[in-house]
Amino acid sequence: MYEAFFFLFALAAVGFAVNLVLQNHPIHSALSLIGVMASLASLYLMLGAEFIAAVQVIVYAGAIMVLFVFVIMLLNAGEEERTNFSRLAGTLGVPLILVLLASIASIVYRIAPSDEMVRFGDFHGRTADIGRMLFRTYLLPFEIVSILILVALVGAVVLARKES
Amino acid sequence: MTTTVLLFTLLKVIVIVFVVLTAVAYAVWFERKVVARLQSRWGPTRVGPHGLLQPLADAIKLLTKEDITPANVFRLVYFLAPALSVITALLAFAAIPFGPVTLVGGVDLFQIANLDIGVLYILSISSMGVYGIALAGWSSNSKYALLGGLRSSAQMISYALAAGLSLVGVLLLSGSLNLRDIVNAQAGATWGFIPHWNIFPQLLGFFCFLTAAIAQTNRLPFDLPEAESELVAGYHTEYSSMKFAMFFMAEYANMLTVSCMVTLLFLGGWHGPVFGPALLQTMLPLLWFSLKVLALLFLYIWIRGTLPRFRYDQLMAFGWKFLFPLALVNVLLTSLIVAYRAD
Repeated sequence: MYEAFFFLFALAAVGFAVNLVLQNHPIHSALSLIGVMASLASLYLMLGAEFIAAVQVIVYAGAIMVLFVFVIMLLNAGEEERTNFSRLAGTLGVPLILVLLASIASIVYRIAPSDEMVRFGDFHGRTADIGRMLFRTYLLPFEIVSILILVALVGAVVLARKES
Repeated sequence: MTTTVLLFTLLKVIVIVFVVLTAVAYAVWFERKVVARLQSRWGPTRVGPHGLLQPLADAIKLLTKEDITPANVFRLVYFLAPALSVITALLAFAAIPFGPVTLVGGVDLFQIANLDIGVLYILSISSMGVYGIALAGWSSNSKYALLGGLRSSAQMISYALAAGLSLVGVLLLSGSLNLRDIVNAQAGATWGFIPHWNIFPQLLGFFCFLTAAIAQTNRLPFDLPEAESELVAGYHTEYSSMKFAMFFMAEYANMLTVSCMVTLLFLGGWHGPVFGPALLQTMLPLLWFSLKVLALLFLYIWIRGTLPRFRYDQLMAFGWKFLFPLALVNVLLTSLIVAYRAD
């Protein structure tokens, strides 16, 4: 049953991702991105990473994508115009994508043990463990990231403020 | 999983959905009655005794009305939006425990799924609920609906933060994200009569969460997304018949969810005096739970009948400059006390 669900959500994630690129209208692209994130959250959940799945939905699918949708609605962005694909993208892009995919595949193949599959529900990061890791083992990086985000926020406010 | 367990679980899901939908229908009746009394009127009286069959009549009316789709809507999203609202509103009930563990044939009667991250699950589902409203506003291709949708998404993001933060205090006290554990941590009483409910040590958190939750469910005095006097009906202006009713169902189901959450997190859930024969002992916790939820619903309606609507800038300033810092202070105070006690 787990395998069936895995393929269902994996296919959904890839399908939504492809749809995201192909859609003409920004709202439809944004909705597809929400679909991708929800599918990823389901995959995390199947691995047993409950907290990460919930945070994925709350932060990405909930908060960040709502802001995306909000901005698209506010600017009333219309459909994108189709342009003729540039020839450079065809001749150079396709081989480069193939190289990228091949290198990712080779790295994953080298890391992943050849004799076992992913065990569903085998993830040992319960919420309390993640909290302990963040606030004890990795306290300094965690705080530095917080400061970094704060600086970005203050910068955005300063840039957006009207000159008086 | 055996077939009987699967069958029992399916039956349980159907019963709970049925009960929730009935409760939603009667919440509308309850609101009309209470608001009518607050305004010295009678409210519905004609259909059945005390107008008790009014929800049935309303449902028949809404189902048989002409379903109009305006010409220039974005069809896919327009049809998706009401469904999304109702589905997210109903999904939240999957994690809510209505009573203590009561096993029949290996199936817990009063809860669909006992999740370790129950609180986070409900927060994440309710954060998805905003899409129904925002997309309805956008896809209707009407300026009133668009303004309503914009207002609701801004409002929900702002108040979701305060709502989530105000729960941190409760989580710190009980040390768990599991709703059943949180309720069990509130069992018993001090000196035999003051119950160990989280509302007493977490009074600040309680008020923050209640206020933020009222704003998140778009109820008065925070019902800016459907402000009738400025936006016709806001995000659901272009909807009719059952699609319109689905937004209403979602709104009342969300009210129920919030009332259940407040009951579980702050008011001790199903805990209350339990006595008498075995059957009564299993039913009494359910009664206490329902009574607490009913009292919170009454509070919701009481507030609606008493307070006027905020202005939009007041709403945003209140959320960001007052409620959010207050919730932060609550987190700070609670964690200081918890850390002091742990030493």
